[in-house]
Amino acid sequence: MNFSTKFPINFLFSVLFLLAVTYPSFGQHENHETTHSEASSDEHHEGDICAHAGHHEGDFDPASTAFHHIGNPNVYSIGPFNFPLPCILYTPGEGLEIFSSGKFEFDFQGHGEGHKAYKGYVLDAGTVRKVIDPSFPREQVEIGGVAQMGEDYFVCYGGHPYALEARSTMDGGLFGGGRTSFYDFSLTKNVVSMFLVFAFLTWVFFTVAKSYREREGKAPKGLQSFMEPMFLFIQDEVAKPFLGEKYAKYQPFLMALFFFILGLNLFGQIPFFGGSNVTGNLAFTMAVALFTFFVVNFNGKKDYWKHVLWMPGVPAAIKAVIITPVEILGLFIKPFTLMLRLFANITAGHIVVLSFIGLIFIFGNSGASIGGASLGAVVSVPLTIFMMSIELLVAFIQAFVFTILTASYIGAAIEEHHH
Amino acid sequence: MIFLSDFSVIKPEFGLFFWSCIIFALFWIIVGRFAFRPIAEALKKREDDIQSALDESVRTREEMAKMKAENEALLAQAREERSRMLKEAKETSDGIIKEAREGAKNEAHKILQQAKSEIENQKKQAITEVKNQAGLLAIDLTERLLKEELKDKDQQKKLVNNLINDLNLS
Amino acid sequence: MIGSIAAIGMGLAVIGAGIGIGNIGAKAMEAIARQPEAVGDIRANMILMAALVEGAALIAIIVSYILPVAA
Repeated sequence: MNFSTKFPINFLFSVLFLLAVTYPSFGQHENHETTHSEASSDEHHEGDICAHAGHHEGDFDPASTAFHHIGNPNVYSIGPFNFPLPCILYTPGEGLEIFSSGKFEFDFQGHGEGHKAYKGYVLDAGTVRKVIDPSFPREQVEIGGVAQMGEDYFVCYGGHPYALEARSTMDGGLFGGGRTSFYDFSLTKNVVSMFLVFAFLTWVFFTVAKSYREREGKAPKGLQSFMEPMFLFIQDEVAKPFLGEKYAKYQPFLMALFFFILGLNLFGQIPFFGGSNVTGNLAFTMAVALFTFFVVNFNGKKDYWKHVLWMPGVPAAIKAVIITPVEILGLFIKPFTLMLRLFANITAGHIVVLSFIGLIFIFGNSGASIGGASLGAVVSVPLTIFMMSIELLVAFIQAFVFTILTASYIGAAIEEHHH
Repeated sequence: MIFLSDFSVIKPEFGLFFWSCIIFALFWIIVGRFAFRPIAEALKKREDDIQSALDESVRTREEMAKMKAENEALLAQAREERSRMLKEAKETSDGIIKEAREGAKNEAHKILQQAKSEIENQKKQAITEVKNQAGLLAIDLTERLLKEELKDKDQQKKLVNNLINDLNLS
Repeated sequence: MIGSIAAIGMGLAVIGAGIGIGNIGAKAMEAIARQPEAVGDIRANMILMAALVEGAALIAIIVSYILPVAA
C-alpha cells in the first residue's frame, strides 16, 4: 500500500529535481561558451585554452558533478579510488585497439583525468576521446590536460591545443555530439557492472535451480525461499494474467527482464561501489526495449497485425487517416516509452541523491566553510537517506513496471480475438 | 543547449548498447534455459503435487466415508442375518420339539391303543377261558346233579319234561 | 532563452502527469476503500495506468530536452 502512494510523489520529486539540477548547469556552461566565442577566433587565444587546461577543479558545480557520476566512464571507481578498465576501440579502416585505460595514467584518487595520451586517445573525466589531428603522436606521451570550449574539447600537448572528437555515441551528433570516427566497445564501468550483475544473478539462479532439483518435493530453504516469492509474484501477477495459457513460453523472457533490471537498479544503489547508473543509461534501456519490441512483434498473431494495420469495425476513411498511422506509431512509441521511463526514473533518482550530497559542498562553499558544510551535512544526510530508501522502492517498481508493460504488450500481440 | 553535452546518459553510446544486447541476450538464454525454466517447472510440479495430494486426501476421505457406509450396511445385514438365523433356528427347534411331542403323543396313543386292544384281547380270552371253565364246571356240576337226580325214574322223566319245556320256551 | 522555455515545457508536462497520476491514485484509494478484497488487482492496474501516464509525460520532457538541442 505504501509504495503505491509514494510512487507518483517520487516521480514528481524526481522530475522536479531533474529540472532543478539541470537548470543551473545551463547558466554555468553558458559562461564557457562566452569564453569560447571570444577565444576561438584566432591563434593567439588558442594558447589560452592550454593556459586554462586542467582547471576542472575550482568552484563546485553540482550539475557537472552529478553528470560525471551518472556517466559511463572508462574507469571503475570504488569509493574515492579509480581502477583501470580495458579499452576496446574500433576505428573503421584503422582496426581494433585493445589496451588498459591505465595507459592514460589517471590519478588513483581523482576524476579520471588522464595525464598521458596513448595511441592518439586521451582520457577526460573518465571518457576516452580521440585526437582528430593524425599528426598527434601515437605513442604514450605526456599531455597538459584537456580543456573544454563550449561543445568542443581540446587536448594540450606541447603547449598547443589539439581538437578532440566527441564521445562515440549513437546520436550521430544530434545532441551535441560531434564527429565520431571510432566506436568505443570498451568495457566501461556500466559494462563491468552488467557483467558483475550477470555473474551474480547467474550464480543466484543456478543455485536456486539446483536446490529445486536436489530438494524436490521439499519446502524451499535459504536463498531458494528468498527468491521464490519474487519469482512467483512475477509468474502469478504478471505472466499469467496477461499472457493466459501460453505464459510458459514467455516466462523466461519476463523473468530475465525483471531480475536483470532489478539487479542493475539495486547494484546502482550500493554506495561507494561505483554507483553505476546502468539502468539510467539510454543505451541500456534502448537495448532491453528493443528486445521487448522484437519479442512482441515477432510473436504477433494475425489478429494483432489486423488490429494494427486495418482495425475491424471502423469506417475505412477513419482507418486510413487516423487509426492505422496512430497504431503504427504506437508500435514504436510503446518500446520508446519503456526505454524512457526506466531511464528517466533511475537517472532522476541518482541525480537527486547526488545533488542532495552536493548540498554539503554548496553550503560549505567547496570546503571554504566548515560550518556551512556541517549544516549542509545535517540537511543533506536525512534527505539522502529518505531519497535512497525511495530509490530502493523505485528500483522494484520500475523493474516491475517494465515487466508488466512488456507482458501486457506481448499479451496484446498473442491474443486471439473471436469476433 | 550546451549542458546536454555533459549529460552523457542521454546520448546512447554504441559500445554500451552493444554490450547490453550481448549480456542481456546471454542472461536471457543461459539463465532462462538453465534456471528460470527448471525453476518454473519445479514450481509447477510442486504445485501439481500439492494439488494432487489435496485431491488424493479428498478422494481418500470420500473413499473412507464410502467404506464406512459399506461396513455399516454389511454390519446391518449381518445383524439382520443373525436375527433371521436365530429366528429360523428357533422355528426349527420349535418344529422339532413339536414334532417330537406329536410323535411321542402318537406313539403313546398307539401304545395305549395297543395296550387297550391287548387288554381287550386278554379280557376276551379270559372271558372265553372263564366261559369255558364255567361251561366245564357247569357240565361237571350238571353231570353230578344229573347223576344225583337221575337216580330215579321219575325225576328223570320230570327233568326231561322240564328240559323239553325249556327247549320249547327258548 | 530556449532552455528556459524548455524548462517551462517540462513543468507543464509534469503538471499534466501530476494531475493524471493524482487522479489515478485517488480513484484507486476509493476503489480499495470500497472493495478492500480486490486490493491486489487494483494496485497492479494502478501502477500500470500510472506508468502509462508517466510515459506520456516523459515523452514530453524528453522532447522538451531534445527540441532546443536539435533546433
